[in-house]
Amino acid sequence: MSLWLEILISALLLLGSGFVLIGSLGLYRLPDFFTRLHGPTKATTLGVGAMVVGSLIFFSAGEKGLSLHELLISLFLFISAPVSAYMLAKAAVLQELPLEPKTRGKPWEQ
Amino acid sequence: MLAYVIPLCLTLLGLALLLATARLVKGPSLPDRALALDTLYINAITLIILYGIWKGSELFFEVALLIAVLGFVSTVAVAKYMLRGDIIE
Amino acid sequence: MSRLLPHPAQSLLLLLTWLLLVDSIAFGQWLLGGVLAVIIPLACNRLLIEHPHGWKPLKMARFLGMVVVDILIANFQVARLTLGPVKKLRPAFIEVPIDLDNELAISVLVSVVSLTPGSLAADLSLDRRTLLVHGLDVPDPQAMIDELKLRYEAPLKEIFPCSPM
Repeated sequence: MSLWLEILISALLLLGSGFVLIGSLGLYRLPDFFTRLHGPTKATTLGVGAMVVGSLIFFSAGEKGLSLHELLISLFLFISAPVSAYMLAKAAVLQELPLEPKTRGKPWEQ
Repeated sequence: MLAYVIPLCLTLLGLALLLATARLVKGPSLPDRALALDTLYINAITLIILYGIWKGSELFFEVALLIAVLGFVSTVAVAKYMLRGDIIE
Repeated sequence: MSRLLPHPAQSLLLLLTWLLLVDSIAFGQWLLGGVLAVIIPLACNRLLIEHPHGWKPLKMARFLGMVVVDILIANFQVARLTLGPVKKLRPAFIEVPIDLDNELAISVLVSVVSLTPGSLAADLSLDRRTLLVHGLDVPDPQAMIDELKLRYEAPLKEIFPCSPM
């Protein structure tokens, strides 16, 4: 494997794990449920995306040739992450979870 | 070079798993815990993909895909339970 | 033709998914994928929602490309917000009026709003006219409503031209 390819893969892997870490950090330190929801649904999805592209390049550069099937994971997550975030947010609205005091506006009555 | 980068990435992902687990333990509400579990399974997917690269085996792809599908279904089931008090109506 | 393939887009998607899943483009896999792509939509014909007529795949592809670029750029902003001081965040709930009348268009809009960082669709009103969006850091709610409508809703309205309810 050439050096440039290895550098590219390493950068993608680092970017991916960095975003996953940032998403989990957001989950840990942000003040209320709705702000916490932002971290995992986005940063993590992009983190998985970068990781998947890195893995794709790694295996395509191997002896077996082009293999694209890792894209399915990323595709599936891009479709499913908004749905689960929406369901969880709806559940939180229903349970009237406490909001960060500075939040402007509020969810409507169910 | 990958031999150095992959352990570093594994460390970062381990930290992410720890943070998500801390939120799972801390709560404080049920949706928070469901969200922490959701994050945990996505983190587990990245960990498995990374492990697959480390071992140079494509077998782990199926594992990651299965976890993605089952994790999504279980998150939706838990959310639905919180919404309706019932999963299958 | 239309009886055998009631949902051509779904059938094509199933075939592509099958080929990706087995990671092979051998003739047998095309055959098996093709059979599955015919059988599965027929078997769950009743579960699938009515596909809107006259939607524009090319514009859809361009829209999705724009969304992917948006996700990439804006994720760095959210990363900075997450790492920055929590005290400086200005979260807000905003109500975005939507005038899409197609189920698929609304669900695409909800997904896109949730995936683009900084905004998250939290609830859809029962009459499907208002979307409750939570923003992580919103300096000006009205500006955000305008941006969401202009950037994501307007292209979707073009892609799915007004369909009968």
